[in-house]
Amino acid sequence: MPAKPNGKGSEKVRRVIVVGGGLAGLMTVIKLCEAGVPVDLFSLVPVKRSHSVCAQGGINASVNTKGEGDSPAVHLEETVYGGDFLANQPPVKGMADAAPGIVFMLDRMGVPFNRTAEGLLDFRRFGGTLFHRTAFAGATTGQQLLYALDEQVRRYETLDVEDSKGSVIRGEKMVRKFELWDFLSIVRDDDGVARGIVAQDLKSMEIEAFSGEAVCLATGGCGIVFGRSTNSVINTGTAAAAVYRQGACYANGEFIQVHPTAIPGADKLRLISESARGEGGRVWVPRDPRDARKGREIPEKDREYFLEEKYPGYGNLVPRDIAARELFKKCFHEKRGVYDPKTKKNENEVYLDLTHMPEEMLRKKLAGILEIYEKFVGEDPYTNPMRVFPAVHYSMGGLWVDFERSHSGSLVIGSPRNQATNIEGLYACGECDYQYHGANRLGANSLLSCIYGGMAAGPAIATYVKNMRKASTGDTSKSVFEAARKREEDHYKSILDMEGDENPYVLHQELAETMLRDCTIERDNGVLDKVIEKIDDIELRARKCGVTDQATHANQGAPFIRHLFNMVVIARVIAQGARNRDESRGAHFKPAFEKRDDKNWLRTTLAMHEAGEGNQNNSIKYVRGIDYSIHGAPMHASDAVDVSLVTPRVRKYETAGAASETAKKSDDHEDEKSENRAEA
Amino acid sequence: MERTVKLKIRRQDGPHRPETRRWEEFVVPWQPRMNVISALMEIRKNPVTTKGEKVAPVVWESVCLEEVCGSCTMLVNGKVRQSCTALVDAISPHGETITLEPMSKFPLVRDLVVDRSRMFGDLKKVHAWIQLDGTHELGPGPRQSQENQEEAYPLSRCMTCGCCLEACPQINDSSGFVGPAALNQVRLFNLHPSGKLHASERLETVMGEDGVAGCGKAQNCVEVCPKEIPLVDSIASVARQTTKQMLFKWLLK
Ligand SMILES: Cc1cc2nc3c(=O)[nH]c(=O)nc-3n(C[C@H](O)[C@H](O)[C@H](O)COP(=O)(O)OP(=O)(O)OC[C@H]3O[C@@H](n4cnc5c(N)ncnc54)[C@H](O)[C@@H]3O)c2cc1C
Repeated sequence: MPAKPNGKGSEKVRRVIVVGGGLAGLMTVIKLCEAGVPVDLFSLVPVKRSHSVCAQGGINASVNTKGEGDSPAVHLEETVYGGDFLANQPPVKGMADAAPGIVFMLDRMGVPFNRTAEGLLDFRRFGGTLFHRTAFAGATTGQQLLYALDEQVRRYETLDVEDSKGSVIRGEKMVRKFELWDFLSIVRDDDGVARGIVAQDLKSMEIEAFSGEAVCLATGGCGIVFGRSTNSVINTGTAAAAVYRQGACYANGEFIQVHPTAIPGADKLRLISESARGEGGRVWVPRDPRDARKGREIPEKDREYFLEEKYPGYGNLVPRDIAARELFKKCFHEKRGVYDPKTKKNENEVYLDLTHMPEEMLRKKLAGILEIYEKFVGEDPYTNPMRVFPAVHYSMGGLWVDFERSHSGSLVIGSPRNQATNIEGLYACGECDYQYHGANRLGANSLLSCIYGGMAAGPAIATYVKNMRKASTGDTSKSVFEAARKREEDHYKSILDMEGDENPYVLHQELAETMLRDCTIERDNGVLDKVIEKIDDIELRARKCGVTDQATHANQGAPFIRHLFNMVVIARVIAQGARNRDESRGAHFKPAFEKRDDKNWLRTTLAMHEAGEGNQNNSIKYVRGIDYSIHGAPMHASDAVDVSLVTPRVRKYETAGAASETAKKSDDHEDEKSENRAEA
Repeated sequence: MERTVKLKIRRQDGPHRPETRRWEEFVVPWQPRMNVISALMEIRKNPVTTKGEKVAPVVWESVCLEEVCGSCTMLVNGKVRQSCTALVDAISPHGETITLEPMSKFPLVRDLVVDRSRMFGDLKKVHAWIQLDGTHELGPGPRQSQENQEEAYPLSRCMTCGCCLEACPQINDSSGFVGPAALNQVRLFNLHPSGKLHASERLETVMGEDGVAGCGKAQNCVEVCPKEIPLVDSIASVARQTTKQMLFKWLLK
C-alpha cells in the first residue's frame, strides 16, 4: 500500500506529485490531467502568487505576424547563439518549434494579449533578435499567463477522478492543492527510486510524507542567494538544493543572469523589463561625468548612447550579459554613472529613456512597469528618463535533466527521459532545470521554456507512470515513508532547539553581499577563492544560529534556517562552478580568461553533492557523465553539448543579423531552390 | 541623530489565542527608498521591542514585492493596501509612527497573516475559467478587437489581494456576499468570445442575495483597489446581465 498522509485524502487513487505552481508546474499538472493522471500539487504560497506573476515583458514565439521572415529555425539559432552555444540544441529546437502553438493555446485560454488592428496577436521586440517575436499582455505578461494556467488547474480541482472504466471515484478530484506547504525532500525507496515527498504545512507546522508515483519539481530559481535581486522573496532555491543533497545532479550552476535594468531598492531590486527597450527605450549616460542637470534637461548632443554606439547591429537590444557588462563598466570602471549634485557622486545608475515615445502608446504597452517605477521611485517616467542599474535576475543553471532526441533533431514528446533527473522517478522543469538557455538566456524565452518544459514533463511522467503500473512496481512499504518523515521531523526539532548567537537573517545578508559583489558580472579566481572561504565560514556559523521563533503555529523563523542551509549549498555550487570554468562564456565572464574556450569548456558542468562528515564542510564532486536508469533500462548522458543543429561560432552583436546568419542562409537557399523550380 | 522608523504592530499568536492579542512597538534604522516590508525585514534581524523585550519576529506574508502577487495586503495606518508599495517616506514623512494591522474580514492566522482561501474558493464557485477543449494545437484563439482587449486587460489584473473585500461593508459575519473580486471575474470571462459561450452558467452562480444583489453600492471597493479595476462598473455590468437572464427565463416559462 502506498503510504497515506495522515488524514489527507484517501488511498483510492494513485497520484503524481508536482511541487511548484508557477508556469512550469501548472503546465505539468494540466498535461498530466489530460493524460488522466491525478495530481497532488504543492506550493510554498497560493499558486496564483507564484513568482511567475512577476514576469513583465512577454513570451517568444516566431509567429511572424509582421512578415519579417521570422521562423522557428531563426528562433532556435538566435537562442543558442545568445546562449553562447552551451545549450543542448534538440530541446531548444523542440521549444522554438512548439512556441507558436503555445502562444495560441494561451490565447485560447483567454490571456488578454495585446492585439493588432486586424485583431491578431501583437508582437514586440526583445533582446538578442531583430524580429518582433514577443507576445505580451501589457507589461504584466507573466501575471496574465499564470492566471490563465491557474484557472485551468482550478477547473481540474472541480473535476472528478474516473477509474479505468470511466466511473467516477467518489470524493476524488483530479487535482488536490497543498498551498502554503514547504517541500523538504523526496522519499527514495530501497532502490533509490523517488516514491513521494516529505513536506511541512507552514500553518500547523506538521511534517508529513506523501506518496506519489513520480515527483516533478517546478520550484523556480534561486535569486535570493544573492539577497536583493529582481526575484520574489520565496526564490531561495531550497527545493532544488534539497534534492541535490539527495543525489540529483546540478548542472551549469555558475551561469547566473544579471539583468541590465533594475531600480535599486532597500528590499528588492525591481526590474524594468527589456520590453522598455523593445518598444524603443534608449540607454545613455551624460557625456560630461560632472553634468549636474536633470536627465530630461540634458540635450541630445550631450548624451552618450553607449550601447548603440558600440553595438550598432543590435543597439539597446544586445543580450543581457553584454548589456549588463557594459553598464557595469560605465558605472564601476569608468565612474560615468549619473552624477548626483546632492551627494557629489557618480551614482551607480544610467538612464533608461522612454520620454521620446508617445505617452498613449506607452500606457497601452508598458503601463505595468512604468507604474512600478512611479510607485517606487516617485518620479514620472513618461517625462523623466528612468535611472537603472543591473541586478541578479535568473539562473540558467539548475537540476540536470535528460532528453530523448528525435530523428529531426527535436524531442520525442512522451519519452520518459524528457525532463528526467538522474534520480529515477524525479522530474524537473521550469527555471529550476538547466535545459534551455545555455550560458545566457534571451529575454522572453523563460516563460516559454517553463511552459514547454511542462509540456515535455507531463507526457514524460505519464509514460513513466503507465510503464510502472504495468510492471506493478508501485508499492513501497510504509516504513520507508515513516523513516523519511521522521528524519525531517527530527531535523526540524533540532532547528527549533538551536540556541547559538548567529541571527539567520544577518548571516543570509552576509552571504548575499559576498555573492553579489564577487560572483556576478565579473569574476576573478583570486576573489572567488575568497568567496568560497566565506561560504565555508558561513556554513560553519549557520550551525550556530539561534532560532528566532519557537512557535508551533505559522512559524517563519525556523523554516528560514532550513532555507538558509540550502542557500549555502547552492551558493557553493555557483561559486565553485565559476572558479573552475577558466573561460568567458555568456553570463560567466572572467577578465583573465577573456575568450570562450570551446576546446576545453564546450561542456556542461555537472555537480554532485558530497556531504561533509561531522564538523567538515560539504563539498562538490564534478563528473563528466551521468548514468541512471528508468525501469531497469540503463541511461547514459555525457557532459558534451549537443551542437548538431547550429555550429558554434563567435558572437558578434556589432553586426546586424549576425545571430541568425545560418537560418537566413538556408532560407535564401530555399528561396533560390524555389526560384529555380519556378524557372524550371 | 540617525534617522529611524517607528512601527506599532498588532500581534496575535494564532486564531485561537485571543489572549495574546497585543500591540508591540519597534524602532529600526531608516534606509533610503525604504518600504514597510524592508522595515519588517529589519525587525527580523534584531527582534527587540522598544521596551527592550526580545520577541519572535513579526510574521507577515509577501512574495513579489512589486504589487503584482497580492500577498502582502494589510492595514497600514488603518488603510488597507499592499505593504510593499507603502513607502516609509510617503506614509511617515516626519517620522510618525507607522501602525500595521492584519485585515479584519478574513480569519487570522498569526500577526499580520490572514487566510484568504475563501477568495480562491469563490473563483471556483463562479467558474472563472474558459472551458478549454485541450492544450493540444488547435490554432489561434478567436480574433479580438483592440477595444475588447483594452476592456478585458484591466479586469484581468485582479491579484486576489483582498482589499475590496476588506473595504466592503456588505462583507461581514452575517452575510454571504461573494464580493467585488469574484463578480469582476464573471464580467471578465463573459466578455471573452469563448468565455461568453458559458455566460449564463456563470451568471447562475451569482444570482440572488449572496451574488450580485448583495452589493450595497457603497463603492468602497473602487476606492481601495490598488490596480484601479473599475469594480463598480463590473458589478453593474454583471447585474445587468443577470437581470436580462432572469427576464429571459421568465419569458420562456
Ligand atoms: C521581474 C521579472 C520579470 C521577468 N520577466 C520575464 C519575461 O518577460 N519573459 C520571460 O520569459 N521571463 C521573464 N522572467 C523570468 C520568469 O518569470 C521566470 O523564470 C519563470 O516565471 C519561472 O517560472 P517557474 O514556473 O519555473 O517557477 P516560479 O514561477 O518561480 O514558481 C515556483 C513555484 O514553486 C513553488 N516552490 C518553490 N519552492 C518550494 C518549496 N520548497 N516547497 C513547495 N513549493 C515550492 C513556489 O511556491 C512556486 O509555486 C522574469 C523574471 C523576473 C524576476
